[in-house]
Parts: sequence; structure tokens; C-alpha cells
Amino acid sequence: MIKVIHMKVNGKQVELGVDDRECLTDTLRNRLGLTSVKKGCEAGECGACTVLIDGKATNSCIYLSMWAEGREIVTVEGIKGENENLHPVQQAFVDEAAIQCGFCTPGLILTAVEIVGSGKKYTRDELRKLISGHLCRCTGYENILNAVEKVAGL
Amino acid sequence: MYDIKEIYQPSNLSETLNLMASNQDGIVISGGTDVLIRLRERKLKECKLISIHKLKELQGISYKDSLNDMIIYPGTCFEEIHSNTMVEKNCHCLWQAANEVGSPQIRTVATIGGNVCNGAVSADSAPSLLVLNAELELTMAHSKRSVPIREFFTGPGKTVLEKGKELLTAIKIPAVPEGSGSYYIKFGARNALEISTLGCAVFVTLNESKDVFEDFRIAFGVAAPTPIRCTQIEERVKGLPLTRETLKFIGNEVLKEVNPRDSWRASKQLRIQLIRELSQRAAEGAVRNAGGAIID
Repeated sequence: MIKVIHMKVNGKQVELGVDDRECLTDTLRNRLGLTSVKKGCEAGECGACTVLIDGKATNSCIYLSMWAEGREIVTVEGIKGENENLHPVQQAFVDEAAIQCGFCTPGLILTAVEIVGSGKKYTRDELRKLISGHLCRCTGYENILNAVEKVAGL
Repeated sequence: MYDIKEIYQPSNLSETLNLMASNQDGIVISGGTDVLIRLRERKLKECKLISIHKLKELQGISYKDSLNDMIIYPGTCFEEIHSNTMVEKNCHCLWQAANEVGSPQIRTVATIGGNVCNGAVSADSAPSLLVLNAELELTMAHSKRSVPIREFFTGPGKTVLEKGKELLTAIKIPAVPEGSGSYYIKFGARNALEISTLGCAVFVTLNESKDVFEDFRIAFGVAAPTPIRCTQIEERVKGLPLTRETLKFIGNEVLKEVNPRDSWRASKQLRIQLIRELSQRAAEGAVRNAGGAIID
């Protein structure tokens, strides 16, 4: 059944009809064209579909779209600065060559945006734990950790 | 698209209980990190879901002071439990367990109530709730009962919860006496996104001079068909000194009360070794958290 939901996506209020059986990944990709949200394992393991829901990194593949009613969603499309500049987290990923195939990158960037947003600084070990909900099959994580450390490390 | 026939979103507890009474084939969904996976795997088909995801009444932690029970509402996610300072102070083992479930993204949605009600032998919260003597409030449309968590688990994936009718509505943790401490250790083949190979929680209360076990409680996950408390060893440890020898005694004697088995995750032999080792380490951690120290 189609249900109408209201949510704020990347700063804009949206009203849209969603199937009550669909997950947020599909809604964001197929109805709103936000294809930075990747479909990976679809079981909450790989973290490729991570988006910020009310500021918290959440796997959108195991989140029913109807639960997003009244929530604020942020995807990578919504984190650019005023002058279309890259977000500091994105810049750090570029500077540290923390990207290879790029599939895990949007999710990792959003988790890092949440980490930076906490205002706290972390040790490399703490950061390792904080990004542990993302699988990257290319980089071996070292450059990713370097990038996250650059913006949120002690 | 999930294979959902119908989904209800009740707006309060009484509406939820009435919906459950009139739809006994309905499946309660809270965080969704188990139910949606089972749907994706087609282990559940054409199901009727009753979503309590947004029920504020069932979320949060209530704590008045050190003399009263702490109440954790079942819809509270693990991230919230781990960020609560009173849980960290009084229920340290549960605070640790809450940080071991799945991954950070899972912990922001997965709830403690779901973890308990699934009845999984590997549930990370179970050993800690067992040593904390948690009481579960189970509610139906017209009745309510309180069940000690020790009587809740009946078999792998089985509990005393009347499926489709009863809802877990509160987890009560009795006030913790002065001089107490607890500790939880999870063993898995990797550090994240892992289902426990073995979990061990210990709760201790030390005497005033902090050299003797006044109270000792130990519980395991994946050491038997259900999460278990080992009450015989508990009685035998009370009154013993805080020595390395006592720890060894615990590690060896607790093996009489467990019944681990072979699974694809680990062999029975490895689990026995883990029980022997982790029970000692968890006991030492609990003693440390109670302000004591083990003498060599």
C-alpha cells in the first residue's frame, strides 16, 4: 500500500508516497535519485547504505521508509559546503587517498561526518571501533583511518 | 521490497496490546535488525507486522537513585544504553555488552527488548541481565506478569513469552549493593559485526575490607542451549578470598554446570577452554570494578 510520508532530506522538506514494504535505501535511490546511497549486502553488515537519520549513522537497507516520517535524513549529496566546496571529511578522504573503488566511501564519509559532528577527538583505536560497521574490500582500511584521524583524531 | 502483507503502526501501548490480541499471527517489530533480515532471507513470508519502532512509551531508561530499581524500557537501543552514565556505573557488564552488539549502525536501532525476546543463546545482553537479576515485565491486553530473567529462556530461540499475545514492556534491574562490580567479556572470531562464540558476565559484591567475595554471580551465553546462570559455583565462591587460586577454582569448577556444543562457529573443546579462561578474566574485571584486587 502507498503511504504518504514527510521527511527532511538534505535540508529540504519532502512529501512523497512510498510503498509500506520498502526500505529507506530504495526510497532514497529510486524515488529521490540519491544514488550515493549504495546497495551492498542488504542485511545491515557492510555499511554501504549508511545515511544519517536525525544525525546518527544508520543502515538504510534495514530501515522501513515509513519509519522516516518526521525524521531528518542526510546523504552524501547533502554535505557540501556553501560554495559547493567539499566537506572537510571528503577533502580528507581525497588528501589521504582513502578511496579505491568508492563503493564503501559514501557510507564511511557519513559515519565520519557524525564522528566529527560529536566535537570529540578520538584515538586511532577508538576510530577503528567507530568505523567498524563498514566493510571495505579494497584499501585495507589504513588510508581510511588516516583520513578519519585527520579530521577527528587526537 | 519486503514480503509484508500488512503493517500496523500503533501510536500507544494499549493500542499495541489490542492489535496483538486481534492479530495473533502478527510479528512485533522494533529496531528491525532481526525481523527485516529474516524477511530478506525469506524465513518470514507474507507477514503481518506490528511496529513499535516509534513508541516513545517503550523507550528510555528510568533511574531515581541507588536505592531503587533501574528500569530499562525494551525499545531502548544499545547506543542509548551504552551512553547512559548510570548504566556504566551500576550495571557495568550491561554497559559493556551494549557496545559489543553488531556494529555502530546496528546499535543505533537494535533494541535490548528484541535482543532478549528473540531468545538467542548468543544474545549479548542476556548474560549481563542474568547476573544483574533482571525482572521482565510481560504484558497482555488484560494482564501483566513479572518473570525473573532466569526463568525466561526455555530453549534455543524459545522463551516463556506467549508469542503473538505478550509484549515485554519493562526490564527492571534491582538496586545494586555498595561494594559491587560487574564485567562482561564477549569472545568472537573478529572484533566487530560478530555473533558471540561465547559470552561471560560476572557480578560480585565484596566485603568492607575488600578481601572476600560476599556475593558472586556468573552467567554465560552459548555455553548451553540457553543463556545460563551457574548457581552451584556461585554458592561455593561466597566467602572465598580474592586470590588467583579462587579464580582458578571458578574456572575449573564452573565447567560442571555448562553444556557447550560443537557448532560451525566453534568446537565444544574451544568453548570449554573459553569458559575456563573467560570466567576467570571476567571475575577479575568485576573485582576490579568493585574496588578490589586479586592477590597472586
